[in-house]
Amino acid sequence: MSETAVRVRGLRKRYGDVDAVRGVDLDILRGEVFALLGPNGAGKSTTVEILEGHRRRTGGEVSVLGTDPGKPTRAWRARLGIVPQTSNEQPLLSVRDLVRHFAGYYPNPRDVDEVVAAVGLAEKAGARPAQLSGGQRRRVDVALGIIGRPELLFLDEPTTGFDPDARRRFWKLIESLAGGGTTILLTTHYLDEAEALADRVGVIAAGRMVEVATPRDLGGRATASARVSWTGPDGPQSLETRTPTQVVAELAAKFDGEVPQLTVTRPTLEDVYLSMIGADR
Amino acid sequence: MTTDSAALPSTLRVGLSRGVLELKTYVREREAMLFTFALPIVLLLVFGTIFKGNVDGTNVDFRQYFAAGIIASGVASTTFISLGVGIAQERDDGTLKRLYGTPMPRTAYFAGKVIAALVLSLAETVVLFALGGLMFGLKAPSTPDRWLTLVWVFVLGVTVCTLLGIAVSSVPRSGRGAAAVLNLPYIVLQFISGVYVTFGSLPEGVQQVGALFPLKWICQGLRSALLPDTLLPAEPAHSWEHGRIALVLTAWGVAGFVLCLTTFRWKRRGDE
Repeated sequence: MSETAVRVRGLRKRYGDVDAVRGVDLDILRGEVFALLGPNGAGKSTTVEILEGHRRRTGGEVSVLGTDPGKPTRAWRARLGIVPQTSNEQPLLSVRDLVRHFAGYYPNPRDVDEVVAAVGLAEKAGARPAQLSGGQRRRVDVALGIIGRPELLFLDEPTTGFDPDARRRFWKLIESLAGGGTTILLTTHYLDEAEALADRVGVIAAGRMVEVATPRDLGGRATASARVSWTGPDGPQSLETRTPTQVVAELAAKFDGEVPQLTVTRPTLEDVYLSMIGADR
Repeated sequence: MTTDSAALPSTLRVGLSRGVLELKTYVREREAMLFTFALPIVLLLVFGTIFKGNVDGTNVDFRQYFAAGIIASGVASTTFISLGVGIAQERDDGTLKRLYGTPMPRTAYFAGKVIAALVLSLAETVVLFALGGLMFGLKAPSTPDRWLTLVWVFVLGVTVCTLLGIAVSSVPRSGRGAAAVLNLPYIVLQFISGVYVTFGSLPEGVQQVGALFPLKWICQGLRSALLPDTLLPAEPAHSWEHGRIALVLTAWGVAGFVLCLTTFRWKRRGDE
């Protein structure tokens, strides 16, 4: 069995005379949580929708769970879960009835009540989506995405519009799915989300994959110079260094104990991301 | 390995489950129910109390003539309008796209729509017929022949209007505007197909235009099953023209089916 869940080589997509995706390569391993980052219009959603079998590609090779998504079959679809971007549907069914109905599309669905409970909607199972908050409705989307026991789950900007508490709880849900062995492809605009959830991140800009790395290593973060800041007799001071430990030791010796307001920082994921997509200029 | 050896659910099973869901949703959607199911009934009651007298040159109560026409309109309402507007909204709000991303068989979606359309048109017809009977003495078909006519005209009419409803759902640019876009032809057709005014009393040019569309032929077929032959002098052809009814409706059915196959979109315009 292939250890690669998604394999993309030279993917291209053209709308009229606009090249939205210009030669993207991508490998996602089984069991991995992969976050795709990129500004709006960079080709991120187009790429994901091609992988989901929602859009046709102009060129390149694509294999998703060993199948060409340009020729989707029911058996292939039964192995995927898709949580689309926010939609305006107003189903007139209770959450439980809706999830049960979708369970009927799959050969080997999860237990309906277990899924409703897993997304934290056990108490709202009898309510219609229209009666739920935005965050709760998103959980219904996830319930519909995972009811079929997918091997690969697409999450397209799943937490847009969430308050910080709801986002944290949502992350726990995603972590538990990943812990159960589901491969997850996540697109998001939130760098902290990618850092918290993803094993690896890929950055798309202007239709090209700029870099693929772990959140820790992206953009040379791990080896980037650190900034040491403190407050000395003459006020706030700081310096860039590749040897922050040595600098701190020297400062400690100099101050003979606590260094006032000492901080050591490296570039955040957001810093390197913004510089990669050219938004820092 | 996961236990993915289980077989995919059959199209029949998913189609039935879609049909139940469609009916449940329809009944719960009060506005749609009021608009497509209740409106023909209200119109029957309102016009039934206004119209009086017999169809010119016959002994047939015009209100019975009107009742047959409004049954045809009711069928068109619960199929053509209901499906056309409903699917346009489902396309606009992302329901279709979500379904497209699941292993639901494509046919099952349409099966669900057809089941709902059949059940609703049948219910609509029964209610309109019962009211027409109570208020204007509309009578059930008197011979097995006429029952047979009623059945095939109804089935063919529902099929044609269902296919055209599915096909026309791709025309409106948004779900919101769908009701307006579909009601224009629907209302005009009612006036030129012999629902509110006898077909024979329409100017000849208008008759020719009306005869191009299926509603006229469904109305005529229902009259032939529900009204006495003494009405025939008022029919422009002086005959029920069963062969022609079958021919025109079949042609529209084929056209509707081809349009469904060639124009149906699961996604919004420009979202391909």
